[in-house]
Amino acid sequence: MSLATELTEKEIKTTTEKKIVTGAQGVLLSLLEEGVDTIFGYPGGAIMPIYDALYDFSDSLKHYLVRHEQGGIHAAQGYARITGRPGVCFATSGPGATNLITGIADAQIDSTPLVCITGQVFSHLLGTDAFQETDVIGVTMPVTKWSYQVTRAEEIPEAIAKAFYIASSGRPGPVLIDITKDAQNASFEFGYKKWKKIASYFPKPKLNLSAVQAAADLINQAKKPFILWGQGILLSHAEEEFKAFVEKAGIPAAWTILGLSGLPTEHPLNVGMLGMHGNYGPNLKTNEADVIIAIGMRFDDRVTGDLKRYAKQAKIIHIEIDQAEINKNVRATVAVNADAKEALQALTTLVEEKQHKAWVQTFKDCYEIEYNKVIRDKLYPSTDKLQMGEAIRVISEQTDGQAVLVTDVGQHQMMSMRYYNFKQLNSNITSGGAGTMGFCLPAAMGAKVGAPDRQVVAVIGDGGFQMTIQELGCIFQYQIGVKIVILNNNFLGMVRQWQQLFHQKRYSFTEMVNPDFVGISKAYGIEASKVTDRDNLQAEVKKMLEHDGPYLLEVVVETEENVFPMVPAGDSVANIRLE
Amino acid sequence: MDYNEFASESEEKNYTIFAFTENKVGLLNRIIIIFTRRHINIESITVSESEVRGVYRYTIIIRSKLETVEKLVKQIAKQVDVLRASFYPEEATVFQELAMYKIPMSSIVNASEVEKIVRDSHARILTVDPEYIIIEKTGHQEETQELFEKLAPFGILQFVRSGRVAITKHMKDLRTYLREQAEAYS
Ligand SMILES: Cc1ncc(C[n+]2csc(CCOP(=O)(O)OP(=O)(O)O)c2C)c(N)n1
Repeated sequence: MSLATELTEKEIKTTTEKKIVTGAQGVLLSLLEEGVDTIFGYPGGAIMPIYDALYDFSDSLKHYLVRHEQGGIHAAQGYARITGRPGVCFATSGPGATNLITGIADAQIDSTPLVCITGQVFSHLLGTDAFQETDVIGVTMPVTKWSYQVTRAEEIPEAIAKAFYIASSGRPGPVLIDITKDAQNASFEFGYKKWKKIASYFPKPKLNLSAVQAAADLINQAKKPFILWGQGILLSHAEEEFKAFVEKAGIPAAWTILGLSGLPTEHPLNVGMLGMHGNYGPNLKTNEADVIIAIGMRFDDRVTGDLKRYAKQAKIIHIEIDQAEINKNVRATVAVNADAKEALQALTTLVEEKQHKAWVQTFKDCYEIEYNKVIRDKLYPSTDKLQMGEAIRVISEQTDGQAVLVTDVGQHQMMSMRYYNFKQLNSNITSGGAGTMGFCLPAAMGAKVGAPDRQVVAVIGDGGFQMTIQELGCIFQYQIGVKIVILNNNFLGMVRQWQQLFHQKRYSFTEMVNPDFVGISKAYGIEASKVTDRDNLQAEVKKMLEHDGPYLLEVVVETEENVFPMVPAGDSVANIRLE
Repeated sequence: MDYNEFASESEEKNYTIFAFTENKVGLLNRIIIIFTRRHINIESITVSESEVRGVYRYTIIIRSKLETVEKLVKQIAKQVDVLRASFYPEEATVFQELAMYKIPMSSIVNASEVEKIVRDSHARILTVDPEYIIIEKTGHQEETQELFEKLAPFGILQFVRSGRVAITKHMKDLRTYLREQAEAYS
């Protein structure tokens, strides 16, 4: 019996009997108390006591040695997004901790629950510019939901218990616990109590029924109601309630990219994607709807374009758990400051059963226009070179829309959002608010670890792939069965598109001379192949999906393909361009 | 929370923001970031223990539009260690600042002249030293400034003015607010 099981079994059996452990052991025992079984991390001097303790916990805590801390945090994000539980990652002090920051910022803006544990120098050295001392609490303050520096072992259980509670309650987010080396080494009496309340923290507003009634009244009178939904639906596990609401009220609904897969793509009332590269109808109709019902979304500028010309004609109902998001970008006529699931349950009973047939039809008409002008040629191109859209279509068809799709940032991401036909709920993982290149490969790794029975497909650009390419090492070592698809256009495609459209085609430093991706993958021990011809695409995708274990498929696509439609940055959603 | 108690106004004016918080290391930094991130200048900030033991009161003065202060206050209220945040226009509060003036004894030829100024300004003499005197005045900024102008001919060696402290005029107390707030959340 390992120390871990010995200690935890004691704890479970006798909560009164306490045990003397080191701070480092206390960290791991606390994680077990929170039901953690997976950690992504990277060791170093200031976190060595925790790693030393981890050696004895290997049967209860599975640790993945990533190849860079950024890989660790994105993996934790992917894990959190697919499981709905906080992702956990470890890093050492100084550079180890600062390498987490991109992922922490990404998780903060995309509301992903994370518990990051960093080692810190001995407490007597704090503030002395000691070796690998960085003020991690200070540096991460603007991008964490909460953080805490532990300098005494006794504080560990409470700090970790609070961390999990804060990370996962209300609007989720990343928290960071920085633990000095002396606190890890010191002995203390371990006891654990989960936290469910903090006096100064108000994560979940009670549902205000009069606000819900006011919302229902607006909806019941509306002639052209329109739903915009975001990740709030997924975060509050309200997919079912949402579907029931949409269907009863008969209202067309469009998604932000973080809300994608909250309702199946082919649902008759799912009218598509909002925002800069979203669908034609949803953007145009935003400025025609009389009542807009925004649920669990925050009116990001990539969704709204110019706010001065955004939905001015509409009454806005904003259902949102985070009070600070209400009236931040768009003034709400009726604000329902609540959890989406609770709000929808109440709202659905109050709305009248309706079908806005003619109104819904206008979205279909827009889709028709968009299909003829844009979509058909993307899905079934007749160009010599392969196109991104068709690659996504083939992956979508062959996985029957059942895969977890993880994407990076750029053109391939927009194409994936637009053309993957999600049939499974909560299956889209992408970096939305931060748009973090390098997110995909490690996040896919974390997602696969979190959902080992699901097919996880990572779609990445040749640029973003090279930002966290080192995680092929982690994927190989632990045989994490992700399918990696590189849509290689030999360009930083999305930037090139902007250069083409807005900078007179001055391709300033966006062309890439790339290495042999297949060779690299194989050198890492990961099976790989490359496809350049349309004739081979189906077979190569099939081979990849059927392969037992990780696999990399490089799809060589058109170099200068563009994503359309497009609302140019800062323009009105009504000015969406089809070409 | 009472953000919308005041009519929507679009001109810039002085607002007093109150944040009631736990006494936590680093919280000041967290709160300041909310302003700096939006490029908003804080006119003054003071922190002290409030009427409720263990609860700290931040008094922050900014000049901004109503819409801006509303958003800022929500961001402050959202911080885990903040119990309550609210804001008020100047007229809803009673406020004071403290100023101190150090005058060299050598420039005081006629002591009664200084005494008269001090008396007329409702200030007081805090310290008398063979080399200098220190005068103290509480009041609004215009008042402490007025005294500054009056003392200027004597040569002011040092001058300092504190941040504003303020108390709201309404009668609802912090405990009631906190209780109501706790009831609004599950
Ligand atoms: C870390 C980071 N650096 C820079 C950018 C800016 N950026 C957005 S998209 C993009 C190009 C991405 O190129 P690639 O990965 O090849 O994907 P593609 O657009 O070609 O599909 C860049 C550089 C970013 N989003 N993230």
